[in-house]
Amino acid sequence: MAARLSLIALAILLALVPLFAVSSLTFLAIVYAKSLAVLGIILLLQAGQVSFGHGMFFATGAYTAAFLGRAMGGGGDLALLLVASVGTSLVLGLIVGLFVVRYRYIFFGMLNLAFSMVLYSILEKFFHLTGGSDGLRIRRPTLFGFGFDRGQFDLLLYYVMLVLALAGAYLVWRYLKSPLGQALKAIKTNETRLEYIGLSARSVLLVGYVISAVLCGIGGAGLGLIQGIATPEYTYWTRSSEFVFIAILGGVGHVAGALTGTFVYEAIRTYAAAFVADSWQLILGFVLLAIILKAPTGIVGVFETIAQRRAAARATPANALESANLESMK
Amino acid sequence: MSGAPHSAAAAPRILLEARGIEIRFGGVVAADGIDLDVYEGENLAIIGPNGAGKTTFLNICTGYLRPLAGSVRFNAREITAQPPRTITRLGIARAFQIPQLFSDHTVLENMLLAAAVRQKRWNLLKPLAGIAERDEMIALLELVDCAQYKDKRAGDLPEGHRKLVDIAIALALKPQLLLMDEPTSGVASADKFEVMEILVAALAKAKVSSVFVEHDMDMVQRYANRVAVWSTGKIKRAGPPKEVLEDPEVIRTVIGV
Amino acid sequence: MSLDTLILAVSDGVAYASLVFLVAVGLTFIFGVLGVLNIAHGSFYALGAYMAVSIGLGLVKMGFSPWLTFPALFVAAILVGAVLGGLMEKLLLQRIYDKEHVLQILVTFAVFMMLENIQRLIWGVQPYFMSEPLQLLGNVSLVGINYTAYQTLFLPLLALAVLLGLRFFLRHTNAGAQIMAVTEDREAARAIGIDAQRVYFLTFIVGATLAALGGAVAAPTTSLIPGMGAEMIVLSFAVAATAGLGQIEGAAVAALMIGLGRSLAVYIAPEFEVLVPYILMVLVLIVRPSGLFGATAVRKI
Repeated sequence: MAARLSLIALAILLALVPLFAVSSLTFLAIVYAKSLAVLGIILLLQAGQVSFGHGMFFATGAYTAAFLGRAMGGGGDLALLLVASVGTSLVLGLIVGLFVVRYRYIFFGMLNLAFSMVLYSILEKFFHLTGGSDGLRIRRPTLFGFGFDRGQFDLLLYYVMLVLALAGAYLVWRYLKSPLGQALKAIKTNETRLEYIGLSARSVLLVGYVISAVLCGIGGAGLGLIQGIATPEYTYWTRSSEFVFIAILGGVGHVAGALTGTFVYEAIRTYAAAFVADSWQLILGFVLLAIILKAPTGIVGVFETIAQRRAAARATPANALESANLESMK
Repeated sequence: MSGAPHSAAAAPRILLEARGIEIRFGGVVAADGIDLDVYEGENLAIIGPNGAGKTTFLNICTGYLRPLAGSVRFNAREITAQPPRTITRLGIARAFQIPQLFSDHTVLENMLLAAAVRQKRWNLLKPLAGIAERDEMIALLELVDCAQYKDKRAGDLPEGHRKLVDIAIALALKPQLLLMDEPTSGVASADKFEVMEILVAALAKAKVSSVFVEHDMDMVQRYANRVAVWSTGKIKRAGPPKEVLEDPEVIRTVIGV
Repeated sequence: MSLDTLILAVSDGVAYASLVFLVAVGLTFIFGVLGVLNIAHGSFYALGAYMAVSIGLGLVKMGFSPWLTFPALFVAAILVGAVLGGLMEKLLLQRIYDKEHVLQILVTFAVFMMLENIQRLIWGVQPYFMSEPLQLLGNVSLVGINYTAYQTLFLPLLALAVLLGLRFFLRHTNAGAQIMAVTEDREAARAIGIDAQRVYFLTFIVGATLAALGGAVAAPTTSLIPGMGAEMIVLSFAVAATAGLGQIEGAAVAALMIGLGRSLAVYIAPEFEVLVPYILMVLVLIVRPSGLFGATAVRKI
C-alpha cells in the first residue's frame, strides 16, 4: 500500500518537474529513455540470462526514427516514428531471438554481443546508407500535424518518455506476475521441469526476448529523438554493457531498479563531471564495484532490505532483532 | 513377455506401448530390446538393480532421450521422437528421482504454474497467483500433506517434502499416466506407507494409471498390480507381485543385491 | 585477385592475427583457469602500448640507442602485467570467485572503465607514435613490394614463440601441471595440496602480461588513441569465443582465421573488413555454441 502511494506521488512529482526544474528536462528525458532499455535487460535477467548485445535494438529504434523521418520529409510524425521503432525492433528481436534462445548463460551473452557488433560494423562502414560513424541526424518531428519549436518539443518529449517509462515499468511488472512471466523466471531455476509441465523454454524465453528488444527499441528511438542523432555507438558493446551495469546498480530483482539505476547512473555521470572533470568513469567504476561487493541486490535491493527490517521490527519488538537477522541472511 | 494383468471379462486398454527400445551410452547398453505394455488403470512397478536402465527407460518414454531403435506409443499414437513438453501435454506426467522443482518459487507457485500451463492461462495481464485453479492446487498439496509449506520457497524444503511436491506437480497436470521414479525415497520411513496409501487412492479416484520405479519391495508388494524386473537393459520378468517377487531368479539378481 | 595480392593479403593477415592472438590467448587462458571473463584485458592491452611508448620514447629522448625500444616493449609488458594484473587479482578478483558470472564480468568491466579513465588522465587524448622498432628492423621484399620485417617476421615469430612457450609451460613444468590440475578440478587439486590461490594469481599475471605484450608490440604499427582497448577486447573476445573459451591452440587457429578473413576482405570488399570477425563468430557459435574446439554440455537427469 505504502509502495503504491509513493509510486503515485513519484509520478505526480515527475509530471510537475517542468514547473520547477526546466533545466533538468533533457537530463530526465534521457533517464526515461535509457531506463526502458535497462528494463529490457532486467526482464531477461529474471530468466537468469544476460545479453551483452541489446545495444543492437537500441540502435535499431534510433535509426528507424532517423530513416523514417527522412523518408517522410520534415522529420515525420512522432507517433509514427515511435510505432515504427517498435515494429523494427520487434522484427529484429524475433529474428535474432530465434537464434539466441537456443543458448544459455555465457553463450547467450556472447551470441548477442556478436550480433550487435555485426550491426555496429555495418552501421559504421556503410556510410553512404547510414552516415557512418557520424551517424544520422534526426530532425524534430511533428505530432498529428502540429509543429513544435525547440522548447515545446523538449517538453513534449519529456512527457512522452515519462509516460513510456512508467507504462513500460508497469506493464513489465504485470507481465512478470502473469503465468508466462513466472514461466520466464522458472527458466532460471529449472528448465527441465518447465519442459515437463508442457512448456517450451525456448518459446517462453523468446517472448521475453522480443519484449526486451522492443523496450530497447523504444528507448533508442527516444534517446535519438532527444539528442537529435542516431550513431553506431548505440550498438557498441560498451553501450550494451552500460545497460547491464545500470541494471545491477539499480537492482535486478524489481522493475523499479530500471528507473532508479538509470537515474543514479546518469546523475553521477552528469554531475560528477561538474566536480571532478573527466573522471566520471573512474567514479562510476568505483560505484559499480562497491555495489557488487557490498550490495549486489542493487539500490532497490538495499531499500527492500531496510523496509523488511523495519516491518520485522514493527511486528514484534521481542523477536524483531531475530527475524530481521534471518531476513538479512536470506 | 509382458504378462497381462489378471482381469475380468473386458481386456484393459493398452495405454503405453514400448517396442524394441534400444539405447547405448558409449559402451554401456542401457536398453537392449525393451518390450513393455502399460495397461489403463494399473500401477506397474519397475524394479531392478542400479544401472539396469530403469530411469533411462522413463527418460525415453517421456522424450528426454531418443532411442537408437524401437518405438513408444501412447494411446496408439507414436511419440518416440517427441520432446518432453509435447508428451506431457498428451497426458504423461513425470515425478523424478531427484525432485525437479522451481526452487526460487513458492510451493504453491510451482503448482499454479503447472495448472496454468494445463489450462492455457496466457493472459499477460492476469497474475499467476489469481488463477481459478488456486483452491484445487491447495487441495492437492493437502493430499500430499504439504499444504503448510505452500508459501515456502520450494528450494528450502527438506528432501522428503520436495519429493512429494514433485509428485503433486505431476498430479496438477491431470495426466492419464503418471511416471514416478522412487516416489517414497527420501520420505521418512514412518510416513512412507501413509503417503503411498493416499497417493494410490487418489490415482484410482482420478483414474490415473501409474508406473513407478521402486526399491522397497514392501511398497511393490502392496501397491503394484504388476511388476516388471529390469536387468542390464532387458526386462527379465513381468507379472503380478506375488509371482515375480518369489521367483528365485529375481530374488537372486534384484532383491538379494 | 592476383597471386601477388594474395601473398600480400596473407602476410597482412598473419601479422594482424599474431597481434590478436597475443591478446586473445591471455584472455582465453584466464577464462579457462579462473572461469572469469576479464574485460579489463583490453585495458592491459592499451596500457601496455602506452607504457611501451612512454618508456621507449623516453629512452630515445635521453639519448640512448633506439634499439633499446625493443626491450622497452617487454619491460612495459611485464610492468603492466605483473603490477596491474597482480593488484587486480589480489585486491579484487579473489573476492569474486564465488559470485555469479554476470557479477564477475561486471567487476572486470568496472576495472576496465576505471583504467580507461586513468589512461586518459595520464596520456590524454592525443595520438602517440613510436615507429623506431619498425624502422630499425628494416624492410623485406615480398613480391616486389617492401614490407616491414617487423610485421612480416617479428610479430608472427613472437606469436609462435608465445604459443609454443605457453604449451611447453603448461605441459612440461611443475607450475603448468598445477595450473592444469586446478583447471580440471579445483577441489581435487586442493585436496592434493595445490595452492589454488597462487595458481590463480600466477595465471592472471601471465594472461595480463600477454595482453600488455600484445599492446606493446602493436604500438609501433599504429597510433595510440583512446578506445584502442575497447576495440581490442571485443575483437580478442571474438577470437577466443570462436575457438572455444579456454582453448589455447584453438585461439591461434581462430586468430588466423579471423586475421586472414579480415585482410582478404580488405582487398576484395573493404566495407566488410570490420564485419568479418563478428560474422565469423556468429556463424561458428550458431553451429557450435562452445566454439570450434570447445567442449559440449552435459546431461542433467
